[in-house]
Amino acid sequence: MNSNRRSLIAATLLVAGMQFAPLGAAYADTSLINVSYDPTRELYRAFNAAFAKYWKDTKGETVRIQNTHSGSGQQARAVIDGLDADVVTLALEADINAIAEKSGKIRKDWRGTLAHNNAPYTSTIVFLVRKGNPKGLKDWGDLTKDGVEVITPNPKSSGGARWNLLAAWAWGLKNYGGDVEKTKAFVGDIYRHVPVLDSGARGSTTTFVQRGIGDVLLAWENEAFLAIEELGPDAFEIVVPSLSILAEPPVAVVDQVVDKKGTREVATAYLQYLYSKEGQNIAAKNYYRPSEPELVDPDLLKRFPKLELATIDQLGGWAKVQPEFFGDGGVFDQIYKPGK
Amino acid sequence: MAVDAAMKPSALALSAAKEERVRPFRDPTSESLPVKILLIALAAAFLALVLFLPLYAVFSEALRKGLDAALLAIADHDALSAVSLTLLVAVIAVPFNLVFGVAAAWAIAKFEFKGKAFLTTLIDLPFSVSPVIAGLVYILLFGAGSFLGPVLESWGAQVLFAVPGVVLATIFVTFPFVARELIPLMQHQGTGDEEAALSLGASGWQTFWYVTLPNIKWGLLYGVLLCNARAMGEFGAVSVVSGRLRGETVTMPLQVEILYNEYNYVAAFAVAALLALLALVTLVLKALLERVYSRDHALTPGH
Repeated sequence: MNSNRRSLIAATLLVAGMQFAPLGAAYADTSLINVSYDPTRELYRAFNAAFAKYWKDTKGETVRIQNTHSGSGQQARAVIDGLDADVVTLALEADINAIAEKSGKIRKDWRGTLAHNNAPYTSTIVFLVRKGNPKGLKDWGDLTKDGVEVITPNPKSSGGARWNLLAAWAWGLKNYGGDVEKTKAFVGDIYRHVPVLDSGARGSTTTFVQRGIGDVLLAWENEAFLAIEELGPDAFEIVVPSLSILAEPPVAVVDQVVDKKGTREVATAYLQYLYSKEGQNIAAKNYYRPSEPELVDPDLLKRFPKLELATIDQLGGWAKVQPEFFGDGGVFDQIYKPGK
Repeated sequence: MAVDAAMKPSALALSAAKEERVRPFRDPTSESLPVKILLIALAAAFLALVLFLPLYAVFSEALRKGLDAALLAIADHDALSAVSLTLLVAVIAVPFNLVFGVAAAWAIAKFEFKGKAFLTTLIDLPFSVSPVIAGLVYILLFGAGSFLGPVLESWGAQVLFAVPGVVLATIFVTFPFVARELIPLMQHQGTGDEEAALSLGASGWQTFWYVTLPNIKWGLLYGVLLCNARAMGEFGAVSVVSGRLRGETVTMPLQVEILYNEYNYVAAFAVAALLALLALVTLVLKALLERVYSRDHALTPGH
């Protein structure tokens, strides 16, 4: 009986005890949390290393930067719910506005605290198709052809997906001479060709690339380039439509958090470093269009195709577009009927 | 048709009885050879498809670039801290649910009280709600917009997007494992042994320690193992409250997802393989303990 009892205790302890391992966290002088959107993983991995070196060289301080990535809307939600981000580097203005409005953690007039409307890099939306472009997709109008499957994430949670929808919208407006109803029908038609709505851009890329679903991926230009680089130029190619949208992913300091943690100086320097020669070149290397191209190696710039880019301001700016298109009962809710 | 059937039973019984008389006796577990082969092949194919192939896929993908690459991926700082966080979470969640599970099962199986059915349902709740909801509940409770969150925050305690949140979410989803395992067992055993012990003068604690605990040890061990496996593998609830801070709040399942999303498939599956190995170690441990126990049994006379 006694040995039984001892064995039982031993058993319980063993199950618990075998899992002890030292918790070794690397402590640094300062640490920053950068809450970012889905496809910037590679960009910030390179940039964080460069900034840590720069900060060490100029200030002698070791800084450790933590990056988290997910759909842009989802990330904004996490910051609102209490994730202690020092800086946010999201996919669109509306998500930073949401943080400013719903939690007050970022000042309302954040846009303009840094150069170029707080967008150190821009991007656009292109098509990624399978090698040889078997369905012959050249422009937005081809996406609604019979039998074409389009992959794009959910605009409710993904910033890239909102740019996708707006790019299609901009093309529709131009094509139908500004007729909103026809444009709406056209964009709705595109979404009827979407078999899966993932929550973030990277999830969509995986759906298209790894699971082999769909004929065309509406993707961030950087994401499309990266997919080709990572997964082989012999499998995919990029198609540049006649018109797309100028996407400005903005960055901002989260005022309440940096004031609480005492990291305002390093957080601000971190974002400003994105505009430096080094930062701009890293952005360009990772296929983001630098906001100050004159600082960047011309060879890197040559990789970006030239195309006509509509701006968000032509559609009325984010303050108008966000509720009108992506709010409850907005354009997206009206046109998206799953399973049709 | 219904009338027809109602009138027939006697006739049916008669013909069934007749048939039985004609049929020679047959061992109920013996089947003809082709049926045997078919059934065994079906079971084996099912096992291969559902269990072995996925396991094989995980390990083969992890080792696609050789053992060195896989080990290097696991030795990565973020991966190591994911491993230690996962273990830490299990070390906290499992004993917590062990104590709670025994107490709850004890109360439910050995006592009669008002609201017992309600309590039983409540214990099952984490099984019936989706883990995502479990995570969101904690956001509602401890988020910046909640009542508790800002209060705790002003005391300098952060729950969400920090280790406590991950632990809480894990405890929530693994709540029922021990209790669920023990309740039917203890109900089946009844209160006879305990009553006997008490009437012989044992104290409540002695009764529990010398009578109840030995009776339930196998159920308890099994519950703890299940609880442990789930605690280490939980993804949904943890992903909601974690905030995915690398090296801080990322557990192994989250690390697998992050690496996968970074196109780092070898590293992702190396961590996944390690997670699978941890689960296997638990199972091996269980088999080992069973062996020790049966030897003890043989040596203890009169038991």
